[in-house]
Amino acid sequence: MIQYLLLLLPIISALVIALSSQRAAKWIALIGSTAAFIAATLFAVQFPHWTTGNFWPDLNTTPILGNFGVDLKIGVDSVSMLLVLLTVFLTPLAIAGSFSAITTRVREYYAWFMILQASMLLAFMSRDLIFFYVGYEFTLIPMFFLISIWGGPMRGPAAIKFFIFTFLGSVFTLTAVIFVAVRHFDSTGTWTFAIADLVKFSSTQLSAREQFWVFVGLMTGFAIKTPFFPTHAWLPLAHDQAPTGGSVILAGILLKLGTYGVFRFALPMAPIGAIECTTFFAILGIIAILYMGLVCWVQTDIKKLIAYSSVSHMGFVVLGLFALNPIGLQGAVMYMVNHGLSTGALFLCIGMIYERYHTKDMEQLGGLVSKMPVWSFFMIIFTLSSVGLPGLNGFVGEFLCLMGAFVAEHDQPAGYPGVLGPWYAVVAAIGLILGAMYLLIMLRKIVWGTLREPHGDGHTEHAASELPTDLNFREIAILAPIAVACLVIGLYPKPLLNAVEPCVKEVLVNYPAAIDAFNAKRGLVNPSAPVKQAETAK
Amino acid sequence: MSSFIPMGPKIAVLTPEIIVFGGSVLVSIIGLSRSKTLRNSVPLLAALTLLASLVAIAFGYSNEAAEQAGVLMPHFNKIIKTIILVIGIGLVAISVGHIDRRMEDAVARGATTFDPMRVVRGEFYAFMLLSICGAMLIPGSPDLIWLFLALELTSLPTYIMVAMSRGTRRAQEAAVKYFFLGAMSTAIFLYGFALIYGSTGSLQLSTIREVFADQVGRGGIDTLGTTGLILCILGFCYKLAAAPMHFYAPDVYEGAANPVTGFLSFIPKIAGFAALAVLLNTVGWSGHAGISETGTVIGGLPAPILATLWMISALTMTLGNIGALLQKSVKRMLAYSSISHSGYMVLAIIAGPGLGFEALLFYLISYGVTNLAIFGALSGLQKRGEDVESFEELSGIGRRYPGLAAWLAIGSGSLMGMPPLLGFWAKLMLFMAGVQAGHTPLVIIAALNSAVSVWYYLRLIGVPTLSPPGTSSEGVLKGPSSWPRFAGAVAAFVVILLPLFASRILGNSAEFAPVRPASSAKPVPTTTQETPREENAQLALHCSPTRL
Repeated sequence: MIQYLLLLLPIISALVIALSSQRAAKWIALIGSTAAFIAATLFAVQFPHWTTGNFWPDLNTTPILGNFGVDLKIGVDSVSMLLVLLTVFLTPLAIAGSFSAITTRVREYYAWFMILQASMLLAFMSRDLIFFYVGYEFTLIPMFFLISIWGGPMRGPAAIKFFIFTFLGSVFTLTAVIFVAVRHFDSTGTWTFAIADLVKFSSTQLSAREQFWVFVGLMTGFAIKTPFFPTHAWLPLAHDQAPTGGSVILAGILLKLGTYGVFRFALPMAPIGAIECTTFFAILGIIAILYMGLVCWVQTDIKKLIAYSSVSHMGFVVLGLFALNPIGLQGAVMYMVNHGLSTGALFLCIGMIYERYHTKDMEQLGGLVSKMPVWSFFMIIFTLSSVGLPGLNGFVGEFLCLMGAFVAEHDQPAGYPGVLGPWYAVVAAIGLILGAMYLLIMLRKIVWGTLREPHGDGHTEHAASELPTDLNFREIAILAPIAVACLVIGLYPKPLLNAVEPCVKEVLVNYPAAIDAFNAKRGLVNPSAPVKQAETAK
Repeated sequence: MSSFIPMGPKIAVLTPEIIVFGGSVLVSIIGLSRSKTLRNSVPLLAALTLLASLVAIAFGYSNEAAEQAGVLMPHFNKIIKTIILVIGIGLVAISVGHIDRRMEDAVARGATTFDPMRVVRGEFYAFMLLSICGAMLIPGSPDLIWLFLALELTSLPTYIMVAMSRGTRRAQEAAVKYFFLGAMSTAIFLYGFALIYGSTGSLQLSTIREVFADQVGRGGIDTLGTTGLILCILGFCYKLAAAPMHFYAPDVYEGAANPVTGFLSFIPKIAGFAALAVLLNTVGWSGHAGISETGTVIGGLPAPILATLWMISALTMTLGNIGALLQKSVKRMLAYSSISHSGYMVLAIIAGPGLGFEALLFYLISYGVTNLAIFGALSGLQKRGEDVESFEELSGIGRRYPGLAAWLAIGSGSLMGMPPLLGFWAKLMLFMAGVQAGHTPLVIIAALNSAVSVWYYLRLIGVPTLSPPGTSSEGVLKGPSSWPRFAGAVAAFVVILLPLFASRILGNSAEFAPVRPASSAKPVPTTTQETPREENAQLALHCSPTRL
């Protein structure tokens, strides 16, 4: 039952907020989201079944369109669980981070925030494709309102662009899903949208051509959501214009819906299609890493810089995913979690600066370390985590993604496609240098150097009355848990990697057969077969 | 050829329509009453009539009796009638307080005395009931004459309703346009009927069905019959507001009063779809009858008709969506949106009985309810006694009337296909039906179109809630009656909650579901050409229409 409780808590909080007073709204939201965090943590600790790579629990279903196999099934495996934990961890912090920034239509803001959380949780926890889609798609509505009511001066176009881009992509995803479900019905006579059934059916029964189109359809939606390189146009504007809390959730969690989709659906459902498209998407990933790195370099707006850096970082996730070997996939999952933590925290830091100085322009800010040492401390930690400094969390995922791509060729005998190779990793690694460059330049400009503040000191009217020069207790309490999480994951990632491993193997389970089919289609001899035979002979 | 059907059972099956007809007579008389209370009770009376008719269907309708009375698709017939009646009650509710608004105001102020010659409320509701009665007659039509009369009974009152709904010239212009183009479309499908008669020698749909099956067995439906069918489809497109007969829709929808626009965008549409289903049933979606002995799947509609419908569907949804992108008036936008939704639903007609019809009916329910939410909210507003039409007038009204803005937003979300609202599930089923019938390209076009539609539906969500109130939205106030707003609210809640009960509503899927053995992994071929002809003809005969 606790899994339903987890979904219901945010919805109930949203309803209570809608009925409460403007002043109580933020506290109710904080309490509701903290309760969700506690519930999820209890869930994770009490039922460690999820670490075994199977979905748990697997039995609870509530038919909605029963005749068509649409059931509400809730359950988690380790990857979903990690992302659920990330969601419930970041949401209360993002809510607390909005306390002083949101002064108008307060109730609505927190109500939408809780609805956003509910729909993200539904997407991550659903074991039914249609309900995944419901959660995935419904995140657009609260986010649309969050951006277009409490956003910056360009909020209208930003919100609409965000909405339309994502919606456009996801209708293709839906069409691909429906196609698979219909084919499943055609051959078995029963309707189902259960992820496990459809994945099993699609990866084994569909022809290479069908798998290709299913893969393309699924990827269209996920590529826009992630976003991959040429479809990222909505992201900088949306991030830039969203209120701090919105940016944190957008960068921290919503982008992961895209990569989660690739990991959970696109790769396992259409292995042949995936092998066929690997080179294409890996190159897109590398272009994202390098090109967006260069774009970041020339930004003067801190928030835009972090937004573009998200696209660049997602490039590493893409590379890790399409390495199609356990290391790469583990790296990608780790990167999703870590990027959520560090980028979310960076957006929170920037929000704090914006509340004090009402600017995000790097040219107007500088030398803040002398004035705000505590803020600078956190900013440096999170930036270094984002750069990928060993010992902090960012390094783990980045390293594994690159390593996955590097050793892909060597994994061929083990039954993995191994389309990528060292060169991909080498080229992508240039992105590490670029990342260090633009992020450290940002640090140099705003943290170090001589003190520069915008005219009028920024400490005017409402800011001066509410916020001290440096961070107050609330703000420290927001950033400290993230910093601790960054450090702990960075120093001891083993439990997480262990938990993810069986799940990753599950994704790749159909690949050996797919490689054979792919090679047969190309008229090639199966390179892995003789090796396997040799191994079994031994 | 045609079997004689005794009068008694036939009339018994028509009880719901007879009730509605009686109600319309009653309403038209009571509307002339000098007592204000009685005059005001006219909408209530109309709603009660529809309710009584609904009860008659719920308790007095059996598929067997209907079949004996010559109804070709009894189950389909029942569901279509039920949908029409339920949505009809909502349409009555959203029109309360609109008709004779000025006249009644003047009487109440004492500026004038009541003059039965100058009021039209009774007639308005009488025409409304007549139109509903006509639409209810369509799905059960046993022959072409009946079909023609029922279609005319649906359309003729609507022309008058458009004209009398508002005192303005625009409404009269719209009515004249609607009438002339409607007459033209009638001429087109009447000519189609004539050609079908020429080809088959009968007006009885069951006989036509047999003759067509026979023709298919001898090498395909002859040119005369095919031309007739295509002309009929084109004529019906007018009722659906589907391309290439959609041009009237924006002007007429804009000219009519809001509740009448709501009526026009639903009742003629469902009538048109029912007529299309009845007519195409004569040709048969034999592909859904099953699998031939040799294991090949037998295709859907005959190729020329399939091609026509395919183009109509693709064109309608695309033109509708592109048109809607450019509109400044909410009603013109909704008119184009209504056009594009017809395009989606034609996809369900192409898919045919089974999943396709189920999707069609679910989509009609979803569209009707969603429409009620939107038009309920629009009809609940007024500006100096006039309808609210443009986006500017809606700008920022959410600050004053959060409920109405919410109904508009929920309605738009559902039309756009945003999960978990009703429209999403309808679209999901529609796409499932389309893919299953082997029309994946058309489904992709529909999916693209629904992505395009987001742009203008977002405006309907955003303008009332997000835009600041402007000068033109200042004078916008609540309308005189709270019924339209109440109907909108109920519809909005249904849009949110109905998906939870969707299984119950669609409980009869087995009755519609095509028989398909587990071995057929091949997608359905789209034409009948591939199968041996005699076999096909036999199957077409075997495919008993009663299963529909």
